[in-house]
Amino acid sequence: MKSVYLDHQASTPLLPEAFEAMRPYFTEAFGSLSSLHRHGLRVRDGVKKAREQVAAFINAESPDDIIFTSGGTEAANLAVKGFADANERKGNHIVWCTTEHPSVMNSIEYLEKRHGFTSTRVPVNPIGQINPEDIRAAITDKTILVCVHLVNHDIGTIEPIKAISQITQEKGVVLYVDAVAAAGWLPIDVQALGCQLLSFSPHRFYGPKGVGVLYRNRKARITSQIHGGVQENGRRAGTENVPAIIGAGVACEIAARDLGDRIAHVSRLQKRLYDGMISRIKYIKLNGPVPGPDRVCCTLNWSTEFIEGEGQLLLFDLHGIAVASGSSCVSKSLKVSHVLSAIGLDHALAQGNIIMSLGKDNTGDDIDYVVEIFTKIVDKLRNMSPMWQEFQEHKIDSVISPTGHGQSFTERAASVSGKAAH
Amino acid sequence: MSDNEYTLYNETVMDHFMNPRNMGDLPEADGIGEVGAAACGDIMKISLKIRDGKIEDARFKTFGCGSAIASSSMATELIKGRTLEEVKNFSNQEVVDALGGLPPVKIHCSVLAEEALKAAIEDYEKKNSLESRTAPEAATA
Ligand code: FES
Repeated sequence: MKSVYLDHQASTPLLPEAFEAMRPYFTEAFGSLSSLHRHGLRVRDGVKKAREQVAAFINAESPDDIIFTSGGTEAANLAVKGFADANERKGNHIVWCTTEHPSVMNSIEYLEKRHGFTSTRVPVNPIGQINPEDIRAAITDKTILVCVHLVNHDIGTIEPIKAISQITQEKGVVLYVDAVAAAGWLPIDVQALGCQLLSFSPHRFYGPKGVGVLYRNRKARITSQIHGGVQENGRRAGTENVPAIIGAGVACEIAARDLGDRIAHVSRLQKRLYDGMISRIKYIKLNGPVPGPDRVCCTLNWSTEFIEGEGQLLLFDLHGIAVASGSSCVSKSLKVSHVLSAIGLDHALAQGNIIMSLGKDNTGDDIDYVVEIFTKIVDKLRNMSPMWQEFQEHKIDSVISPTGHGQSFTERAASVSGKAAH
Repeated sequence: MSDNEYTLYNETVMDHFMNPRNMGDLPEADGIGEVGAAACGDIMKISLKIRDGKIEDARFKTFGCGSAIASSSMATELIKGRTLEEVKNFSNQEVVDALGGLPPVKIHCSVLAEEALKAAIEDYEKKNSLESRTAPEAATA
């Protein structure tokens, strides 16, 4: 069976170069960075190089601005909670955006619940963009931190970070940028962006799991959230995951080298997939911006009407195609993706959600196969769907291309379940 | 990775999801039940053909996850040939057992099948106003 992996925003395969570089650090160069003998010193050297590779990848002022954590989530926790902890005396208000990743969202909500912080959530427009003026309006004299993402993890929207950083600099507030969905797919220059904190996760662009990166410059004081020794200059205690750090360095170096080619290749595939889906499938909608300057090159987020997302995902999988979905049936909490709710997407469309994220090893053939299979999946599931039938009978209407006949899906769902869908 | 080594549901559930039994409508259904899952917003419809107090035929249509599709497929299989009285005691647990189990978060999908079935019977009884008469007591199967 053909195998097409379209879930690169979940994780990516490790680069062979990174794997090779990591290998000796499991067995021969096993020492701890803190040790003063030759075993420790050899490892210290390797990690120093990795820190330089990572710093160069995002154009950090100094390798000392790079903190290695256990992953993107820990980096986000350290950025938000570590900064709040160190700056509590200056103020207790945080500005953030409704479509942040749970690692950011839940860190802020924790500060609110347990540490007396307050926060203001800035909304996004229907394609997921933040209006920088909303950030300006939300900043008070108590605000110490603004948290935004560079690329939305669900719908691929690129946010206007430079316009936002002008405002935060004017107001003297620190800006934290979650770049997890961006790194490796978009050039990142922390100095040009004007942020003081930025996090990303190397396994999202062919690096290993088990390592995350927090960039932090001198203007943003943070305190460690993991207490113990003085690793990472006292900002993250615990013995370093050396092999993963080495792999992260290599992944960053290769990403920096190949970024132009990767973006060109993946953008072409994105366009091909977009054109194929739009021309072959009826009642389908792209969530987030159309491919172009406002959208990251590697993802497409779809809502297909009258069918549910988990069924689509399962049928894709049975054809060797790996995708993700933000449908409530896929989530353990039985709620649709909070990003899809935040952009005001109709519940029925959120239920029919599928996320495809491309990578450097996908080919044009893969894309044609995916479109071919998808037309079959849609036919099969619509054939089973009472909503599709009721649409044909004009009992319910399409949200995407309304005909003016029948109830909305959501009204219909509420009338048969006796409860409004959430 | 072999093709079917890793699947989200067990073999029986996957089979009923991929090759659903009794999918569709009955042109002259005696009872139709359509219900929605409050938890996730999905919808299931079951149509019944009833003769002599027995379920002669059943069909489903489902807008929902794999487990909901498999549950409706299995439920319609199980009830064919049963009497109305028997079906009134039908419980989602029977569907879950016949499917060889569902993940805990997916149990509500089988409840949807039970509810759609009961709604279809209510619809039949309303149409035939059986509530006012005594239900035809079908003997044991
Ligand atoms: S019907 Fe929605 S989770 Fe199964």
